[in-house]
Parts: sequence; C-alpha cells; structure tokens
Amino acid sequence: MIAFESVTVRYDMVTALSDLTEDIGSGEWVGLIGPNGAGKTTLLRAVARLLPHEGEIRVDGVAVSSLSPKRLARLVAYVPQQPELPPDMTVGQYVLLGRTPHIAYFGFETGEDRSVCGELLGSLDLATMAERRLSTLSGGELQRLVLARALAQQAPVLLLDEPTSALDLGRRVEALELVDALRRERGLTVLSALHDLTLAGQFADRLILLGEGRAVSTGKPDEVLTEESLGRHFGASVRVMRSDVGDLIVIPQRVR
Amino acid sequence: MSTTLPRHEDAPVKARAVREEQLPALRPVSARGPVAVALGALLGAVLLGISMGPADLSFSAALRVLLSHVPLLHFHSGVSRIDSDILWQIRLPRVVLGGLVGAMLAGGGAAFQGVFRNPLADPYLLGVAAGAGLGATAVIVAGPRLTQLLPLAAFAGAVGAVTLTYVVGATVGRQGATVSIVLAGVAVAALLTAIQTFLQQQHAQDLQSVYAWILGSLTVSSWSDVVLILPYVAVSAAVLLAHRRLLDVLRVGEDEADSLGVRSSRVRITIVAAATLGTAAAVAVSGLIGFVGIIVPHTVRLTTNASYRVVVPVSMIGGAAFLILADVAARTVLAPSEIPIGVVTAFVGAPFFLFVLRSRRVGRST
Ligand SMILES: Nc1ncnc2c1ncn2[C@@H]1O[C@H](COP(=O)(O)OP(=O)(O)O)[C@@H](O)[C@H]1O
Ligand SMILES: [Mg+2]
Repeated sequence: MIAFESVTVRYDMVTALSDLTEDIGSGEWVGLIGPNGAGKTTLLRAVARLLPHEGEIRVDGVAVSSLSPKRLARLVAYVPQQPELPPDMTVGQYVLLGRTPHIAYFGFETGEDRSVCGELLGSLDLATMAERRLSTLSGGELQRLVLARALAQQAPVLLLDEPTSALDLGRRVEALELVDALRRERGLTVLSALHDLTLAGQFADRLILLGEGRAVSTGKPDEVLTEESLGRHFGASVRVMRSDVGDLIVIPQRVR
Repeated sequence: MSTTLPRHEDAPVKARAVREEQLPALRPVSARGPVAVALGALLGAVLLGISMGPADLSFSAALRVLLSHVPLLHFHSGVSRIDSDILWQIRLPRVVLGGLVGAMLAGGGAAFQGVFRNPLADPYLLGVAAGAGLGATAVIVAGPRLTQLLPLAAFAGAVGAVTLTYVVGATVGRQGATVSIVLAGVAVAALLTAIQTFLQQQHAQDLQSVYAWILGSLTVSSWSDVVLILPYVAVSAAVLLAHRRLLDVLRVGEDEADSLGVRSSRVRITIVAAATLGTAAAVAVSGLIGFVGIIVPHTVRLTTNASYRVVVPVSMIGGAAFLILADVAARTVLAPSEIPIGVVTAFVGAPFFLFVLRSRRVGRST
C-alpha cells in the first residue's frame, strides 16, 4: 500500500532520512520507532508530501509526487503529533474539515458529508458534543476527535505521529485499541510513530526501527525489540521481557 | 435466542429510526440568524445616517425619498425639492460610501486574521496604510493642482506597499511563509512611514491637510467616489465571501490545511490580494480609519460560532453599519464642526470591544 524506494529527505543542513526502501502491505499496521530525532516525523511528513523527497514514495501504486494535493488527501490522512485545535471551533466544524478533499474549491459540504461526519462522531462516542467548542473537551475526547477528522477523509492510509504522547496510560491503550478496531473495520493501512516501545510491540504488526535516518532493523516486534538493538540505538540499557500473556515489555534500566 | 420476534411490517422502519437517532447527521452550518440581525442593524444605521444632520428630516421623509428613487415604482415622496436633494446628493452618497468602506475594512480584517491566524491582524498589516499615507502625502505636498490624483496615489501606494512586502518576504524567507511576510510588512511599513514623515516635515504648511487625511474622513463624499471604489469593493468582497469555507480550513494551520488537500499558500495569496485591493480602494477615498478591521470581526466572532462562514459576511454587513453610525457621531457630536471619523472609531470602538470581551467572559463562567 505504501512503498518507499531509496527515499532520502534533506533539510538545509541535515539529512534526516537516507535511502529508505520499504514496503507496507494493505491493511498492515507498521510502527515507526527510534530515538528522538531519528526521522520518524520526517518520514510521515514526506508521505503526506509536506516535505520534498528524493527517490520515490508510492501509495496504492502511485507516486505521491505525481498526485494533486486533493487526490493525495483522499488516499492519505495525516495526524500530526500536536494537531492545531482552534479553541473556539466547534466539534462539528472540526470534523467537517476532514471532508475538505471531497469538496470543490468554492463548494460547500453536502448532506452526505454531514452524515459521514455525524456517523463518525457517533462511532467515536462524540455524538452529543457536536456543538461544543474544542476548548471544552478533555484530552481523550480531543484525541478521538482528531481521529474522527482523519477518518472523515475516507482515505485508505492513516499516518499517525505519536498519537498517544499526550494521553494518560488508560487513554493510550484506549486510543490504540480504537485505531486497531477502526483499521480492521475499514481495512486501513496504518503507519504510526510510536513512542512507547511496549505499546508499539503490542499493537503494530511490524516495526521499523529508525536510527539517524536509516532503517536499522525491521520485522515483527519480537525481531526488532531486542535488548542489544534497542540498547545500541536508544543509547540506554534496556531489558526486554515477556509478560505472562506473551507481550513484550521493554523496561529501561538505571545505571547503578 | 429462541424467541422469534413478531414480523411487523414497520419493523425495519423503526430500526432505522433508532439508528438515525443514535447517529444524527451534523447540523448544517448556517449564517442566517446573524446575517439577519446584522442587516437589521444596517437598515437602522442607514435610516439614521440619512435623517441626521443640520437640516432636520424625519425617518419617514428619508424613507419616502429613497422609495421615490426606486426605478419603475413611480412613488411620489411629497418631500420638498431641497430636502430631497440634500438627502439624495449629500447624505445618501456619504452613507453609502461609509457603508462600503466599513464593509471592506471589517471584511478585510476578518480575512487577514484568518490568513495570518493572528487575532490582532488587520487590513493595514502588510503596509496598506503606510503606502496609502505616503501616496496621499506626496500628492498633498505637491500642491493643490494635483488634488484630483489623491485617491489614485493613495491606492497605488497601498497596493505597491503590499506587493513590496510580498517580494521582500519571499526573498528573505521560505516561499509564502506567513512569518516572513508579516515581518516584511512591518519593515516595509516602517520604511514608507519614515519617507512619509520626512515629506511631511519638509512641507510643514501642509501638515494639517496631511493629518486630516490620515485621521480619515467621509466629508467630501459624492456619488462619484462611490462609483470609483464600488468595482474594487465588489470584486474584493465577492472573493472573500467565496473563500469563507477555506478560511475555516486555514484555521488548523498551513501543514494540516495542506494535508487536507488545500494549497494553503495559494489560497492565502488570493485572499490577501483581494483584501488588499478592496482596502486600498476604501482607504483611497476615506483616509486611514482605524480599529474597524479589528473590532467588528471580533465582536462577530465572540457573539457567534466563530466560523468564517459567519464571520466574513456578518463582519461586512456589521462593518458597514458600524462605520455609518460612527460617521453620524462624527458629524453630529460637535456640530456644526466635525470630528475625524478615525477618532470616533477609536473612541467608540475600544470600550465597546472591552465590553464584549467582558460580557463574554462572564457568560462563560456561569
Ligand atoms: N524543519 C527542520 N529543519 C531542519 N532540521 C530538521 C527539521 N525538522 C527536523 N529536523 C531534523 O531532522 C532530524 C529528524 O527529525 P524528526 O523527523 O523530527 O525526528 P523524530 O520525529 O524521529 O524525533 C533531526 O535531526 C531534526 O533535528
Ligand atoms: Mg517526531
């Protein structure tokens, strides 16, 4: 569904991503992990074409650089790490923004757009909040709202940049369970940067470990989440253990 | 599990009704209510504007004169010829001009605030005021023979200044990045104001005229001024209104707007160009009337749902009403002499703005 072919992204000085080649299958959830500055955000932004890249990124077989912004937005929905949330915008108005790629330049949303958004609000448990201003919502509600806006794009690919970093523990699991349920229900392909390595191992089908702009390790969680590899690339000593239900648990170790 | 449900004819209908109740479509965004209120205010302002003045004319006389000018109606006002002329040739053009200028400043302010995502942005942000001020000053100090050229010079100065801002902003920063554009606007405005001040100091005898122009006035307005700016204001207003949905998309910032399939830097340039053209035309005939572009859109924002789909049209109508009323105050408070309308808008506008802010905060905490 998403194919990277020798993708390199440079900022003025730094090369933030170099020579990445990777294939992400339809319906797969791939987690991007790696230390701060490894290039996770850069990779996601390149797919959404918010940054120019060298090499080729294809979504559904088409190079993103050849698509109009509107067609790309119908294929790829991007949720930044810290979405802009205008405090006096209403929940209903915000979700409707997700319909933008389906509306003509001078056009306005139709009844169908509104019912798509209404149903999304319903299925994300926000139905009663349509008239509330964003400033009155809790962190968990905002997180679901941002997801609702992305889903309103009805794009087959969902890019999430550290979707849980602003949430408490319970809300984190809840948010990722929701993403998992939605991707199964809608057949979405999910590429997400994940901060919490334990959660990354629990939810992603496959992980890509980035280190200084390179994919240093890819594969199933138990292939990537190894003490040796994490220790090397995160610059810290970690223990990887298995819980009694078989999940991998990643724990940092204090130097004593 | 074992119980079978009775198969009523209406069972599927019922099921659908329940489902619709659970997941209602969003309500359509509508500006109708606020627009109606604003239109009411505008109508009141127009009637007040044409009936107030040295020659006392009643509301109904004013209304009758208006009706008598509606083509094909063949309505006879019964108002004396002189009164009718005062109304039609002196007061009405002034009211209409005030309305156009007010609509443009307020609509342009709303658009600039949206494009730059800055609540303190106003139509003068990118150098319109400084450029117009320089153009007007240049004509005034050049002597009375060129007075005819004043609107043109102010207009050209305003448009030239914003163009310069964009060129400078694009060369110093990333193409179309708002921060560098705004900074370039500050620099250009400072430069042009410096030149304007220099010219003004070199021609101290013209200080009063320059100053009067800068404070803004609708004193010498005629139908020809209305005709002069109408095309610009109409085109500008139409473009801004047509972009009211996209202005809402820009509220989530460049990146997210782009990821939603909008070419945000193009949309931004289009809106800035339209707002600049209209504001430059307004400033060319009225001088630098301040505050309107900030007060009116904010008042609308604080009293409605803050969507640009409401803020843009309602600011335009409300801005027209506001400036017509400000002009009524400007010419009646110290009659027979006039206060500059820019002083009135600042004097009336600032406390009103505070009042709205305050009442909103109280409303919120309850
Ligand atoms: N706008 C930018 N300009 C220059 N360098 C940047 C910019 N954004 C990110 N970088 C650099 O690119 C590298 C990758 O950053 P990023 O993709 O944000 O990492 P991550 O999301 O994995 O923490 C870092 O070295 C960072 O400093
Ligand atoms: Mg990041």
